[in-house]
Amino acid sequence: MSGEVQITIETEADIVVARQKGRELAARGGFSTTDQTLIATAISEVARNIMQYARRGEIILSALEITGRRGIDVLARDDGPGIADLALAMQDGYSTGNSLGLGLPGVRRLMDEFNLESVPGRGTTVRLKKWVR
Amino acid sequence: MPVPVLKQGDVLIASVQAALSDKDLAQLREDLADRVGRYRARGVIIDVAALDVLDSFAARTVRGIAYSTRLRGARTVVVGIQPDVAYAMVQLGLSLDDIATALDVEEGLALLRTTA
Repeated sequence: MSGEVQITIETEADIVVARQKGRELAARGGFSTTDQTLIATAISEVARNIMQYARRGEIILSALEITGRRGIDVLARDDGPGIADLALAMQDGYSTGNSLGLGLPGVRRLMDEFNLESVPGRGTTVRLKKWVR
Repeated sequence: MPVPVLKQGDVLIASVQAALSDKDLAQLREDLADRVGRYRARGVIIDVAALDVLDSFAARTVRGIAYSTRLRGARTVVVGIQPDVAYAMVQLGLSLDDIATALDVEEGLALLRTTA
C-alpha cells in the first residue's frame, strides 16, 4: 500500500471521484468491505462540506504504515469561511445552513481518529485516520 | 443520467443508479411526483441497491423524494439499502425516520400489497 492521491473538490463529480479513490486505497490497504464503506462515506461527507461551505478545496488520501499498523489518512482542506464555533460544530444536529448539520460528529464515529482545525475567514482542515483491524 | 422509472400495475419503481448527481436526484423527485398523478399510482418503490454510499445529503434527498410522493397520495417504500451502507448510516447518525423500508423490490411490492 503506497502512494498519495490528491483530488480537487469543486463539483459533485469530484465528490464521487474522491470517495471512489478512497475506497480503492482502503481496499488495497487491506480494509474490510464494511470499513471501505465507512471510509468512503466519511470522505463523501467532508467533500460535501467543502463544496457546500467553501465551494472549493482539496482532499488528500494517503496510505499509512506505522510499525506494522496499516491505515488510511484523509486530509480535507479548504480556504473557505471557516467555522466560528468548533465545539458547536461538533454537536449532533448542529448546522448553520438549511441542512441537518455538518455531519462532523457522524464522521468522527465513522473513523478512528478525527482532528478539526479552523480559522474563521481562513479555512478549515479536517484530518481523519482509520486503522486496519 | 436520469433515473429509470418503471410502472408495474399501480406501482412506480425507480431504480437509483450509482453516483447520481444532485441534479438527477432533483429531477427524480419532480418526475415521480408528476407521474404519481399522471398514472394515478398508489405506490412508489425507490430502489437504492446500486448505491455503495448513502451520505447525509443522499439520505436527505431520498427522504425528500419519499415524502413528496407520499404527500401526493402514494405509499412509498425505500428498498435495497446494502448491509454496509446501513451500518455506515447508523454510525453517521442517519435515519429514514418514518419511511417504510424493505429488503428488495420483491419485498417492497409485497409490503405495498399487504398494507394497501
